[in-house]
Amino acid sequence: MEKRVLDVKGLKTSFFTHLGEVQAVRGVDFHLDEGEALGIVGESGSGKSVTSMSVMKLLQYPGTIKEGEILFRDMDLVKKTNKEMMLVRGNRIAMIFQDPMTSLNPVYSIGDQIMEVIIRHQQASKQEAREKAIEMLRLVGIPSPDKRIDNYPHEFSGGMRQRAMIAIALACQPDVLIADEPTTALDVTIQAQILELMKELREKVKTSIILITHDLGVVADVCSRVVVMYGGLIMEEGTTEQIFYNPKHPYTMGLIKSIPRLDLAEKQRLIPIDGTPPDLLKPPAGCPFAARCEFCMQICLDQQPPYQSAEEGHRAMCWLMHPDAPKIDIGERGVVRK
Amino acid sequence: MTNIQKNDVLLELKNLKKYFPVRHGLLGTKVEHVKAVDGISFEIKRGETFGLVGESGCGKSTTGRTIIRLYEVTEGEVVFDGTELGRLTQKELIPYRKRIQMIFQDPYASLNSRMTVADIVGEPMDIHNIASGEDRQQKIYKLLETVGLSKDHASRYPHEFSGGQRQRIGIARALAVNPDFIICDEPISALDVSIQAQVVNMLEDLQKEMGLTYLFIAHDLSMVKHISDRIGVMYLGKLVEVADADKLYEDPNHPYTQALLSAIPIPDPDIAKNNERVILEGDVPSPLNPPSGCRFRTRCQYVMDVCSKEEPTLIDLGGGHMSACHLNNK
Repeated sequence: MEKRVLDVKGLKTSFFTHLGEVQAVRGVDFHLDEGEALGIVGESGSGKSVTSMSVMKLLQYPGTIKEGEILFRDMDLVKKTNKEMMLVRGNRIAMIFQDPMTSLNPVYSIGDQIMEVIIRHQQASKQEAREKAIEMLRLVGIPSPDKRIDNYPHEFSGGMRQRAMIAIALACQPDVLIADEPTTALDVTIQAQILELMKELREKVKTSIILITHDLGVVADVCSRVVVMYGGLIMEEGTTEQIFYNPKHPYTMGLIKSIPRLDLAEKQRLIPIDGTPPDLLKPPAGCPFAARCEFCMQICLDQQPPYQSAEEGHRAMCWLMHPDAPKIDIGERGVVRK
Repeated sequence: MTNIQKNDVLLELKNLKKYFPVRHGLLGTKVEHVKAVDGISFEIKRGETFGLVGESGCGKSTTGRTIIRLYEVTEGEVVFDGTELGRLTQKELIPYRKRIQMIFQDPYASLNSRMTVADIVGEPMDIHNIASGEDRQQKIYKLLETVGLSKDHASRYPHEFSGGQRQRIGIARALAVNPDFIICDEPISALDVSIQAQVVNMLEDLQKEMGLTYLFIAHDLSMVKHISDRIGVMYLGKLVEVADADKLYEDPNHPYTQALLSAIPIPDPDIAKNNERVILEGDVPSPLNPPSGCRFRTRCQYVMDVCSKEEPTLIDLGGGHMSACHLNNK
């Protein structure tokens, strides 16, 4: 059995705004094994970013973790104080963000920002840290790193900034790297470069990755396991093959069908998911997807469905999987092959 | 749509250029130019959807904005239905503004937050004297229904709507003047995946019902392929390849198009794992000082001597498939 690095149990995170409690994450369980790449997919407002911010304990006021455990190598991060978290953050769990321009500090050189992590967590001297920083820049593919180390973020292009962010994140060889939409702000050709780099580094540095994205193509390329989130809950979880070729939840099926396929010759009409995501100020009593689901039954509106297991490691939250439910085929194979 | 209509040209760009001046020096006397669009020519036929793709900074949005004269033309011609738009006065332009409309990328920034939906959709009708009073009101309700909203929405303000709904309001505003031609500048890139499909399907339906012609600008190549009849690929202000949508994806000719296509992640794990990617090195060069000759040569894996000396021109490879690459001259 692989070793668990991260085990999140029953996580509930809410934002207490003046309008009321926004229940962004409403009870989420997932785990991350050593050396694997887990994808968290969902639309905006599904709770995927709040989940990762909760793991890092970077939630801003008025966000609070209400319930649950975040076990990282047998430490419960929920119980850690901010001071204790500072030893974990950047050192053992690191994060890269969507927009590399706003997450780098414009008044410090790239080198200073990489060295800061190394000096802080590894008790290195300035000279050692500088050498390590050059080493890291070389690792992420920045040309002539000994010169570029003294550049400022504005002298780097978008792709290079994201490479620099990855260098900062991996400087202390963390156990877990959380990448929140790392390529969304980048062009496709640069996205391909960064994804290739992440795949390569995962093997070199031996870091487990959580990749948060809305792009199913990116997930298929990088991840071995996928968690699909909607309305603050995990709708479905399984290996990448199970999710793409044998989706059990109508939402997962809807997501797969609503994107156009480049590799299919004939033009097919897209099948959109009608309606809009639920308001998490007043989350629905039943399944969060019920209002948009074409297979919606009465029970779906009244009661939240329990998780049903389809195969080893593949579970989904849907009443259709209940033994008493009518047998409905939610669609042919998720991905129509040529 | 009959075939005769399909074949006649609605919009033609002839060697269109748009330069933006950048001033340097103490008194701003040293002037350089960002060559955002540097001599592109293509035509769009009535009733078709022409897709324009490329990475950020390639000039695709500038092209769209120059057609509708949100930017003044530096050089070249924009011929719309037989009339050259580039040299018309603002007053002469008004009837053409009615026939050409635009849908913008950001549905949050492109709607005035102090106006109600009815006023946003009604404003173009007021400007072009299309309808007033009760007639105007009825037309607004009808437009809202056309884009899948209801008339109860008319008195609300933009902040009460989601991104997808706001984009629908933007589309209703564009349709208010009954245009022939709509420039869609990244209309879906700010929307969630499940909402994107709703908007794209609606655009397709509207095209069929109202006989619209679209210029569809986007960086999402899979969506562009889905919606377009023909596609133009831009790189650093130049058009490098134009072809029918299917042809472009089956048989891309230009090395840049090939790299761009292979960079798109395919949502199918088995294909993704066996996919041999062409990964481009480096970044797009600065449009202030583009490379000599072929602009793609600094990142091209097939680069030859001639590429830095001569600029390749668009050559017809047959069936309207045009590509600008020296490899075709060998």
